[in-house]
Amino acid sequence: MSSHNALPGFRLSLGYTLTWLSLIVLIPLSAVFVKTMELSFEQFWAIVTTPRVVASYQLTFGASLAAATINAVFGLLLAWCLVRYSFPGKKIVDSLIDLPFALPTAVAGIALTALWAGNGWVGSIVETQFGIKVAFTPWGVLLALVFIGLPFVVRTVQPVLEDLDFELEEAASSLGANRWQTISRVIFPTLLPALLTGFALAFARAVGEYGSVIFIAGNMPMVSEITPLMIITKLEQYDYRGATAIATVMLIVSFVMLITINSLQAWTAKRNGKIK
Amino acid sequence: MAATALHLHSDLAGRYESNPATRESAWVKWTVIGVSLTFFALFILLPLFIVFYEALRKGWEAYVVALVEPDALSSIKLTLLAAAISVPLNLVFGIAAAWAIAKFEFRGKSFLITLIDLPFSISPVVAGLIYVLVFGRTGWLGPWFIENDMKIVFAVPGIILATIFVTFPFIARELIPLMEAQGRDEEEASTVLGASGWQTFWYVTLPNIKWALLYGVILCNARAMGEFGAVSVVSGHIRGETNTMPLHIEIAYNEYKFSAAFAVASLLAILALVTLVLKTFIEWRATQTLKRSKT
Repeated sequence: MSSHNALPGFRLSLGYTLTWLSLIVLIPLSAVFVKTMELSFEQFWAIVTTPRVVASYQLTFGASLAAATINAVFGLLLAWCLVRYSFPGKKIVDSLIDLPFALPTAVAGIALTALWAGNGWVGSIVETQFGIKVAFTPWGVLLALVFIGLPFVVRTVQPVLEDLDFELEEAASSLGANRWQTISRVIFPTLLPALLTGFALAFARAVGEYGSVIFIAGNMPMVSEITPLMIITKLEQYDYRGATAIATVMLIVSFVMLITINSLQAWTAKRNGKIK
Repeated sequence: MAATALHLHSDLAGRYESNPATRESAWVKWTVIGVSLTFFALFILLPLFIVFYEALRKGWEAYVVALVEPDALSSIKLTLLAAAISVPLNLVFGIAAAWAIAKFEFRGKSFLITLIDLPFSISPVVAGLIYVLVFGRTGWLGPWFIENDMKIVFAVPGIILATIFVTFPFIARELIPLMEAQGRDEEEASTVLGASGWQTFWYVTLPNIKWALLYGVILCNARAMGEFGAVSVVSGHIRGETNTMPLHIEIAYNEYKFSAAFAVASLLAILALVTLVLKTFIEWRATQTLKRSKT
């Protein structure tokens, strides 16, 4: 209760927080909805359901879902290695996992394109061996989204795995469970909330991603255009209404993801017996 | 969001591996490590390596020429300026928000935290768009600024605003969980003993949060210097005027000046590596401090 609190600065700090939050985030964000209100619902619907835009949703959400799934699998494996195994270079791997957070997206975009283009180190192998063109196709979009989402799963699963009760596994083993049963029935259920949180974080990040994708996507209409690029395209044609209508759709998705992630994090905290 | 929080590691691998009840067979272990590290090499090491490889492919001279070229230099200056303004502003905000949220109880607190998180979950492109809607020619405040001969979007102020937006939660989110965990006993003792609010903050709170604060600042800085999508929307891409380093990379790349693009990209990659080294160092120091306080 603030009445029992002897510390000063509550009004000042909260007032400043609310003012700055309103000026930088809330008021500018509300502009999107106000601008969208200028459209009738039919106009809005027509803009956000044009075939080219719908194709971009399919690519953005499909590739984000696939990328988050790949990240969940490999992120779990990486987190497991970092917590449970000793191997040479572990400290370096642990530090570099965060590279996609720290490396600017434009740098990631051109680096991935250089690697996976038809004449790149990896791209040339994949193209001649498997006949798959990665750069400048939807595969390139998936690749960039896997890159930017990688740290999320590792960094949400890793701490939970570290805090796991050592005795729990010993008990399972002494009660006759083999290692695989212990992992799948004792450890995995405990990790599930964190894994889902990491998955949701990676997915949310992937849906909005722009910088790393546009270099490698090729950006062909109906084939490899992501939804954020549709907003940019409309803006370049000075079609502010069109851009805002699509932004509204993206914002609604963002809000839904934010609520989902918050409840997943609350679940994770509860599972691990921590008071939020 | 949790994924970026300062995390204190405790290496338990030895304990698990030495007990037959909690370890896997050697072939399982090395297969899992092999698969994980292959994925890691493909997605982290190779992209990082190729940035430097491409940047230096035409030799040192071409590398230096690409960096001291006027457009590149002006993009470096603008990036430094945007970070120099947005990071301190977010630092003040982060401290104020964390103080209010962690040290006091009030209604709607978790909703406030969600609002602070908003910029994390919004596409950078939408972040840029909102400032165009407010300050653009047909926007709410745009006509007033144009009448008074001030340009916000497609000019430097817009770039700074967009940078503030995308880095908005970093420092606050780093501080809130830590300050909540620390409680307010020490601060209350300090004020009861007669220290002023500022003295309490300066001598009691700040030393307790310095590592998390530093961590938040370097993350915020890395993101501020590297932001692409939001800045791209509000920049207008005026060469030598409103191009930041990531935008300069895009233009050089689209003009097929690959070595020049990778040269500037290598500077940002070095910044990313420095950020990760500092992060590792801070986590190590924070762990040491924690160990010392426990013994």
